[in-house]
Amino acid sequence: MKKHWHRRHIVEAIVKALMMFSFAIVAGSLGLILWTVISRGLPALTWSMITQTPKGGFYLGKEGGILNAIIGSLYLAGGGTLIALIFSLPIALYLETYLGDSGWGHYIRLALDVLWGIPSIVYGAFGFTVMLALGLRASLLGGIITLALLELPIMTRAMDEVIRRMPVDLEQAALALGSTRLEVAARVVTRQMLPGIVTAILLAFGRGIGDAAAVLFTAGFTDRIPTSLMQPAASLPLAVFFQLGMPYPEVQKRAYASALILTIIVLAISLGSRWIASRLSKYVLK
Amino acid sequence: MDAHIQVKNLNAYYGNAQALKDINIEIPSKQITVIMGPSGCGKTTLLKTFNRFLELTDETTIIGEVLVDGQNIYEKDIDVTEVRKRVGLLAQRPFPLPMSIYENVAYGMHIHRTKNNRDEYRQAVRHYLEVAGLYEEVKTRLMSPATSLSIGQQQRLCLARGLAVEPEIILGDEPTSALDPISSQHIEGRLLDLKKQYTTVIVTHTLRQAKRLADYVIFMYLGEVVEAGPAKEVFNNPKQERTRAYLEGQF
Repeated sequence: MKKHWHRRHIVEAIVKALMMFSFAIVAGSLGLILWTVISRGLPALTWSMITQTPKGGFYLGKEGGILNAIIGSLYLAGGGTLIALIFSLPIALYLETYLGDSGWGHYIRLALDVLWGIPSIVYGAFGFTVMLALGLRASLLGGIITLALLELPIMTRAMDEVIRRMPVDLEQAALALGSTRLEVAARVVTRQMLPGIVTAILLAFGRGIGDAAAVLFTAGFTDRIPTSLMQPAASLPLAVFFQLGMPYPEVQKRAYASALILTIIVLAISLGSRWIASRLSKYVLK
Repeated sequence: MDAHIQVKNLNAYYGNAQALKDINIEIPSKQITVIMGPSGCGKTTLLKTFNRFLELTDETTIIGEVLVDGQNIYEKDIDVTEVRKRVGLLAQRPFPLPMSIYENVAYGMHIHRTKNNRDEYRQAVRHYLEVAGLYEEVKTRLMSPATSLSIGQQQRLCLARGLAVEPEIILGDEPTSALDPISSQHIEGRLLDLKKQYTTVIVTHTLRQAKRLADYVIFMYLGEVVEAGPAKEVFNNPKQERTRAYLEGQF
């Protein structure tokens, strides 16, 4: 039973090497990104950066912090995610429960996939047009609505995939007890799907909080923390963008610090969501 | 005969293929009726017409009448959830809901609002778990996930869950086929205990199980009812040649 190097073993070794190479490239890129952000951002990251709004003149100055952008981003992505959730959960449940794999179900999924692929600057331009039509100026509200539009297809499709993976027998088990379709959806399907749904929400939130183009025209930028929906709001991606574009090395360093803060927020959300999802999946059928 | 379910001129189709041909039978009240026959004879299809489950399969056509307590359940203004509340189903494989053991049993009572307060729920959950012969095994871990139970325990949980809805009729679609022999025995024992209170209809492909359980037998072949009658008569003295052949193991 000694191992001989037949062709199939050689093919396996080559393919395995290719897979490891791909993995190394991706893992290496991730490591490099993190290294760049940390090595350049950490020295400039001070307590005042996350506790103060910009000081000393214009918001691109070297003094103060970027609390305006941190709070602005959380408001924008939080509001956008909330609105997207209010619409996407019913859409996903309706798709699964009533449309299934019918023609209409197919077209709606296609439309959502197309929307998912549309660049966010297009959402930004669209949101801007809508705001002009409504007589709104760049504001927190405008940014939230635009981010909701951007996140809606992501969240809906992610939920749809989760819901579609639900075992058919489970639905039948609930129907056999005399449940209405709504009870099956609300009491059984949702519970089975909750971990996946939480993941979908946070996936959309992550996309929303990291997007610069969608909020460029619609939310604007300011060095103050907004106190109403009608005021403009700053955001971390735009803070990074503007600061990086300045010809002063001190400001550029602050851009990396801002990027680091954004990365930490996204990381915290993603780890938190995993923790929540694992707690929720206690009763879930595997 | 005191018939609980009456089937009149029932025909069912999957697409163009006819699965049930002109079925006319009566199911006796508070007895165990066993529907038997070789694979693909339409026995599960027939069973699924009793709780309006067949229509959940795509492209099925159902023509004819199924009367439960004299009421045709295929009439237009029938509330299908009410039909399924009255006619419970024990499926082939146990499928617990993604909840705790307690909540699985309480689910049906919640949606049909048959209980008023926490104490009533707690007592009823205990009662139905006892009836299903599961209580002693799970009483210390009612809040554990239902999936933590063995398959056999899960099937008894499904029985308790179905009974908690307070049905009149229990359907069993080969309810022991996924279980080990001991668990099967448990389920059969429970079904025999319960037959005084519930009209029971079981589909099975094992002749021995049919003989153990049946008070009344329906033998199907190729979508038709070949013979129906009290178990003793059908097993000891079948009138039809095809029934005789099946009982002798020729299919």
